[in-house]
Parts: sequence; structure tokens; C-alpha cells
Amino acid sequence: MSLCSLTVHELVTLLQRREVSPLEIATSCLQRIEAVDARVRAFLTVTAEQALEHARAIEGGRGLAGIPAAVKDNLCTRGVRTTCASRILENFVPPYDATVVARLVQAQVVSLGKLNMDEFAMGSSTENSAFFPTRNPWDLERVPGGSSGGSAAAVAADEVIFALGSDTGGSIRQPAAFCGVVGMKPTYGRVSRFGLVAFASSLDQVGCLTKDVTDCAMVLQVISGFDPMDSTSARMEVPDYTAALTGEVKGMKIGVPREYFGEGVDGAVKEVLQRALQQFEALGAVVEETSLPHTEYALPAYYILAPAEASSNLARFDGVRYGLRDETADNLLDMYGSTRARGFGPEVKRRIMLGTYALSSGYYDAYYLKAMRVRRLVKEDFDRAFARYDVLVTPTAPTVAFRLNEKVDDVLAMYMSDIATIPVNLAGIPAVSIPCGFVQGLPVGMQVMGRPFGEADLLRAAYAFEQHTGIRALKPGLEVA
Amino acid sequence: MTLSRQEVEHVAMLARLKLSEEEKERLSSELGAILDYVERLEALPTAEVEPLAHVLPMHNAFRPDEPRAPFARDEMLANAPQALDGLFKVPRIL
Repeated sequence: MSLCSLTVHELVTLLQRREVSPLEIATSCLQRIEAVDARVRAFLTVTAEQALEHARAIEGGRGLAGIPAAVKDNLCTRGVRTTCASRILENFVPPYDATVVARLVQAQVVSLGKLNMDEFAMGSSTENSAFFPTRNPWDLERVPGGSSGGSAAAVAADEVIFALGSDTGGSIRQPAAFCGVVGMKPTYGRVSRFGLVAFASSLDQVGCLTKDVTDCAMVLQVISGFDPMDSTSARMEVPDYTAALTGEVKGMKIGVPREYFGEGVDGAVKEVLQRALQQFEALGAVVEETSLPHTEYALPAYYILAPAEASSNLARFDGVRYGLRDETADNLLDMYGSTRARGFGPEVKRRIMLGTYALSSGYYDAYYLKAMRVRRLVKEDFDRAFARYDVLVTPTAPTVAFRLNEKVDDVLAMYMSDIATIPVNLAGIPAVSIPCGFVQGLPVGMQVMGRPFGEADLLRAAYAFEQHTGIRALKPGLEVA
Repeated sequence: MTLSRQEVEHVAMLARLKLSEEEKERLSSELGAILDYVERLEALPTAEVEPLAHVLPMHNAFRPDEPRAPFARDEMLANAPQALDGLFKVPRIL
């Protein structure tokens, strides 16, 4: 078994015993990238030289020191191209690190590069990347999910030991489910968004994708905490997340919202979830059906709020300070229009148009204000549920990974694949997706949602489940030719 | 529903997007389909519900007003498509 296939905590043990060096681990990952990434296509930029140089200089064994990882390409990396998988930022080299990147640097994580995504994190399949789609390591004809598809695929394919992503409506959890890895979207405000290229600022959150729940706790520990550079970052103490990994869920109250098991959710996915819930019962948890009655309104509200915020955030890409410029335009207004027309792909244009429309004079009350009111109803559903339950369990996505090109021409069908993840962002609560079984050889994700800043509850439930099922031990069959 | 051509052109102007004829056509039906889907929010009475813009119970985030070293001008201009004499250069405005 090669080093790249191990977890963070397994490698930390080996590093502490001096049985391996950071250079050997980085080399193993880079060889794996060399062997499989031509097929998986998870990376937009591989920083092999810097990685080896960095790994040589590190001792390793303390925390994440010496562990190789990569981040989604919407997180700014000083001196390393950050494209958001968009033509408009194809040559953008940030002058600073995102706070989460700086924290990884400080922890001496070895950066392997930047990972593919849907352009500006808008999408659910990574097919909206302006450069190329990423493939699902479990079946190369299928999508890895999105928008953090490169992050999920790279972890599943053992190209990196862990990855960071961002989640605005499910962009960490849905690809984690499709690729059979663990994906954590922390509470809004738990992790700094400074240096994350903004999509929808009231919904965006940075999180991690890992091979197991223990690694999730370890990485979350490093990236969490107050940041004066992000005014929405919470001034709250970060608990010891590994302390939550007890394997014990006796007496834990688990709510199962029936709206997440309705029409549109694949029958085989539901069956896998039902078995998972029986596992929780067998472990001594109290599992009860409950209701989040406004669930069906979350998706339509999201498709007003997120595009509205995006249309405002993406106004900064104007060909003046950074990014692409159409040099043929001879006045400023034409230059804005033609730069943005050339620089943005179809989904980004669609959302900018939708958001601009929803915010425009005469429509603001009917769409934006209405959606904000609905957002409160969705959040209040969760408040009521968490008065009774410690966590809520649902499928992460209504189906397993779909085929490439299956949904690219059907905008609403693509949007529906986030139906179980979007309410979480509207409410700002944390949720984790963990592998809980398979349908026809493809991974199924279970979503565990928790109270604001209740990440430890999620980890406790997820870890107990993982320890008693052994699902994490399975790997995709990406045989090296 | 579909958005009229004039509506699409008006929104595109607001968004500073120079769309092709084909894009205008496609967007008028695609945006219409999404707005049809969003219509279902109408079924929900919300007159009494306070809008929720931000999930955390926080209002202003204050910090001490202390001067810090800014980024170097060269660094800030390094990504500019065109710069001149330490400034961003834009096409003529009038």
C-alpha cells in the first residue's frame, strides 16, 4: 500500500515514529497524480517543485506538518494562480493567501496545488469549469459532483491526503457524497472566508474534504476560529474536535425529517439511508421521524438569494484591476460588457442575469425580499427541530453520481441535485456528509446536520457510524495501467 | 413564462454583459423557466415574517483603528491588464 492512500492520522503516526518523511509522502502523492490525474482531472495547477522543496524542509509529526493537501481554486494562494475555473481569472496571481491557506501554511501542510471546480463555484457537477470537467474516480463516465468536484475527486483518488473546498448550497457535501469521502460544511462564521473569492457572501463557507471522520476533525481544528479579516467570522472559542470522537452515540437524539425522503429521492438511496438509521438505533441512538415543513421552499428561495448576491459580488470583474480585459473595446462601458461576455461561462452569466433581474427596480420586493422572508421560515424549522434533536440525518443528494452531460442542458434538473443541502446554507448551520453505503457500485452520502457551532455533535455521530460500518476502508478501482 | 427581449437587454445592460443574439434568446426562456419555478414561493404567506439577511446574531464588527502597512503598489498593479505610472489604466470614458 502506498503512502498516498493513507489518512492524515495514519501518516501522522508514521511521521512521529520516523518511519516515513514528509518528502516520501509528498513524492507518493505526486506519483499518484502523475499516474491518475490525466483520467481524473482533479487539478488545475500542480505545484510539484514547490511541494518537494517544502517537504524537504519539514520535520513532520506535529499536527498536520508534512501532510500533502490541495485547495479549491477559489481560495487565494499567494504567488500561485487562482482561477475560480474561469477564463476571466485565467492568469490571476493573488498577492496574498486566504486565511485558511495561511493556516495550512502555518501548520506546515505541503501544498500540492489547486483543484478544479464549477466556474465561480456555480454548479453541481464540475462540468461548468471553463477548462475541463473532472471525472468521478468511482466511474470515470460520471461526474464527481460540484462545485468542489476537484477537491472530492482528488481525495477519493488518493492524489491528496485532504482538500479544502467551499460550500454555498452543497458544494462540499454533494461532491463528497458522489465521491465517497467525508465533506464538512461548518457553521457560517466558524471558518474565515477572507481570501475565498465570494459567490454568495451570506451563504458561503469554507470546509474540508477528507478520507475519514478523524481527519475531518483534525483539519477542521486547524482552519476554524476567529479572523479579524472577515467581519462575519464568529468570536467564539473552538472546541477540541478530536475529543468528540468517542464512538459513542447512546441516547443521542436523531431526527429524520420526512421531507428529505420524498418524491425525487432515488428509492435505492432511501434504502441505504434506512439501513444507516437502523445502525444508529443499534448503537443506542434514539431515532425519530420529524418534519421541516418549509423544505420545499428552500430551493426556490436559494435561486433568488444566491444569484442576487452573486450578481453583486461578480461586479468586481470588470477588466480594470485584475483578470481578463477585452482590448478591442474603445470605451469603458463597451470594455466592461465585452470583457464580461468573453470572460464568464454560460452558468455564471445565467446567474448574474437572474440575480440582477431579481434585484432590479420593480422586482426587488416580489423576489429578493420574499426570498429573505422564506429564508427565516426555513431557519425557524431548524430551530424547532434542534430544540428536540441533537442532529438531523438525511441523504446528502437525491441520487448517486450522474453521468457526464446528463444534466448540462436541463438547468432545473441540475439545481435539484442540491435539494437536500441548500436548506443548511440558508440556515447557516453545520452539516457533514459521510459515506454510508453503495448503490450499483457508487457511493451514497449521509448528511448529518447540527445546531449552530455544533460541529462536535456531527463528528460524534459520524465517527460512531464510521467505526461500526467500516465503509471508509473501500477505495475506487482506479487501477494504474 | 419567457422574459421579453427588451427585459433581457435591460437586465444585461444593468449587469454589464454584452450578450450575443443567441444568448439573449436562450436566456429569455431559461430565466423564464427558473422564475416559473420560483413562483411557488407565492403560495407561502409571509407578510408577517421578518426578512432574514444574515444568520448570525451579530451586527457591527468593530476593531481598533490602527494603521497597518498596505500592500505595495507594484503588487496591487501586477494583475492589472493595463497600468501606467503606478495607476490602473482604462479606455476612454467619454
